[in-house]
Amino acid sequence: MKLTIDGVTGEVAEGATILDAAHQMGIDTPTLCYADTLTPVNVCRVCVVELEGSRTLVPACSRKAADGMVVHTDSERVRTSRRMVLELLGSSVDLSTAPAALAYSERYDADPARLGAPPASAPKIDNDLYVRDYSKCILCYKCVEACGVDHQNTFAIAVAGRGLDAHISTELDVPLPDSACVYCGNCIAVCPTGALMGKTEFDLRESGQWHEEEQTEVDTVCPYCGVGCNLTLHVQDDAIVKVTSPDDHDVTRGNLCIKGRFGYRYVQNR
Amino acid sequence: MPDLKLLDADPTEAERGAIDAVVGAEPEHSDRVVRSQPRRHLLLPALRAAQQRVGWVTPGALGYASRRLEVPPADAYGVATFYALLSLEERPAEVLHACTDLACALKGATVPEGAIASPCLGLCELAPASMRTIAGEHPREIQLPEERLPVHGDKLLRRIATGEPYGELRALARARELGPDRVIELVKASPLLGRGGAAFPTGRKWEAVARQPARPHYLVCNADESEPGTFKDRVIMEQDPFAVVEGMAIAMFATGCEKGFIYIRAEYPLAHERIRHAIDETGVDIELRIGAGAYVCGEETALFQSIEGYRGEPRNKPPFPVEVGLYGKPTVVNNVETLINVPHIVLGEDARDTRLFCVSGDVVRPGLYELELGTPLTELLETAGAEPPKAVLLGGAAGTFLGPHQLDIPLSFDAGVTLGSGVVMVFGRDADLVSAVLRIAEFFRDESCGQCVPCRVGTARQEEALHRLASGRTNGNERAVLADLTQVMRDASICGLGQTAANAVASAIENLGVLA
Repeated sequence: MKLTIDGVTGEVAEGATILDAAHQMGIDTPTLCYADTLTPVNVCRVCVVELEGSRTLVPACSRKAADGMVVHTDSERVRTSRRMVLELLGSSVDLSTAPAALAYSERYDADPARLGAPPASAPKIDNDLYVRDYSKCILCYKCVEACGVDHQNTFAIAVAGRGLDAHISTELDVPLPDSACVYCGNCIAVCPTGALMGKTEFDLRESGQWHEEEQTEVDTVCPYCGVGCNLTLHVQDDAIVKVTSPDDHDVTRGNLCIKGRFGYRYVQNR
Repeated sequence: MPDLKLLDADPTEAERGAIDAVVGAEPEHSDRVVRSQPRRHLLLPALRAAQQRVGWVTPGALGYASRRLEVPPADAYGVATFYALLSLEERPAEVLHACTDLACALKGATVPEGAIASPCLGLCELAPASMRTIAGEHPREIQLPEERLPVHGDKLLRRIATGEPYGELRALARARELGPDRVIELVKASPLLGRGGAAFPTGRKWEAVARQPARPHYLVCNADESEPGTFKDRVIMEQDPFAVVEGMAIAMFATGCEKGFIYIRAEYPLAHERIRHAIDETGVDIELRIGAGAYVCGEETALFQSIEGYRGEPRNKPPFPVEVGLYGKPTVVNNVETLINVPHIVLGEDARDTRLFCVSGDVVRPGLYELELGTPLTELLETAGAEPPKAVLLGGAAGTFLGPHQLDIPLSFDAGVTLGSGVVMVFGRDADLVSAVLRIAEFFRDESCGQCVPCRVGTARQEEALHRLASGRTNGNERAVLADLTQVMRDASICGLGQTAANAVASAIENLGVLA
């Protein structure tokens, strides 16, 4: 299938999205709710592009490429919508730990302050492993998908409420220990804004001791069971401060279990 | 049984009975039963039944419905909190929902103590309106006022106007003689455009579904009429339900639909009763589904989600429902008024292209008017007894405000302004247009599903900017903010709700100079 994006004509395979095609052509298109390990939900609308012949803009992440499409990813119309989406997010969400959203906001000259100020931070600390701060949530649905059929099949959380009151919640908003949560932390792994954060990272940030630029990453294999998940240990001051798994690892696809993600403290028992 | 962690609250016997009446009695040794069919689509009916029994959805009822239908409790909670008429907080068995929306506000509606303010209840010609819900062993829902006004029309509304009873299903019999292809050709040859608001040619939609190889095909009659100011579908369903069922039966026959659904908003109890009776009498394979208070479920893909037991969050299009619709199958979605045109087309008895208009507000004779397309708006206003108005809202909250100098237009699909769902709401000389504009903004903020950023946050920011203008506490940027919000909501929202959420507001500023 041939399509033209920003004046460049390229060929993509059947089933590819406009975003796939853009990536293939080396055209950078912003995304927030998209992840290549999850089903696209196309809700953030920051990836919208102008498709000739379409009344509205279309989401690049989920619109399938079709033969003969002519797409513009950087027109005035596109830039306005992206800027507004980022202003709307910045006016309703604390983006201070959301590097991608902040970078896009700068790229599109977003001025969220003219729309309002986000709510104050409100961390929910109800367990020893991770913290939820929904004042930082852009409602990208990634955690719900990771907890649900896309990855974990635990279904501890869902979107509840409606409109601006829509939010991620356990049933009846019960604390995590009373919910179905198994603390795999796969929701943390996909969260793009730091609304979900390991307790270690949260505590270090609170005390001003989180220094990402000083951290080193060490790849290893999880020692717990025979699956052989790859781990990336994030190390600061000779201590493990976070554990992730590479998204492109063919066993984990970025996922781990409670042991792999949180069971590292024994390494530091000296 | 999947490995679900369940709520540890138990339902009462009454709640268990109400839910069992929907989902079936629990088999003994239920933990050993393996179900082959997911039954999630029963979630909303089960929650509604529980609430009708005790007045609200208790943790015990939510947990029991989750367990019986194998829906994770968090997920069921997400669904329950989506629908405005379901209450997860304790409240009395008897609740009054008092409409404070546009038409009722024009008639001085107030919210009595203990009552809940409600968005448009679709009784605009009888404003101010309300609905009383009474939970218990024999639950009742009563629309107030209970009287009904005469209708004005002699094709689609002829039977209602004359009181003539519905005879046998003559048009359906005729359709069966003609065969599906010929019926589709007749509808294609007719000028029939969808009456839900989008005005898509009905025949083309039918043909697209008829040709789909995937099976089964479904027909969905969209009777979730919730556009403020709209009441036409309610009147038809209440007073001519057989016409709706016959139209559906013909559509199902023509497009090869194995099953039909009619999704009626919860606020129309009389319509539920009358349509259920017509389905039972005719034996057509139609399932009646009842909403739970969500304007967005009138969007066709949100409606599918709701029928399937999910939050009413619209899907991205394409794929369109004719290919991937209800349960992922090819689906015809038609509005009530669209479908009652079908018997006339099949019988070839009256070729006039008429349309229903819902007249409310500051007029002497509010009500339902059937007019040939192209009739001047001024003629309708005169017939209904309107003094020269300050403004007319055409098409509902997603429509357009017209000023006194703009009323000289024909009521047609190509008049340059959308007729939407046929709303003609008249704002008289003393009407408070600022309040009306603020109410529309509030309506969209309340009814946004919350899924996409432009609509979720944009509708709230739009309302805030308008309030700043109305109160005089401006920060100087409101005009620019509103223009940008209009553009991003129109261009980047997932569905029609967000895409049209700025229409009426923008037209009030532009055409009426309100808050300008």
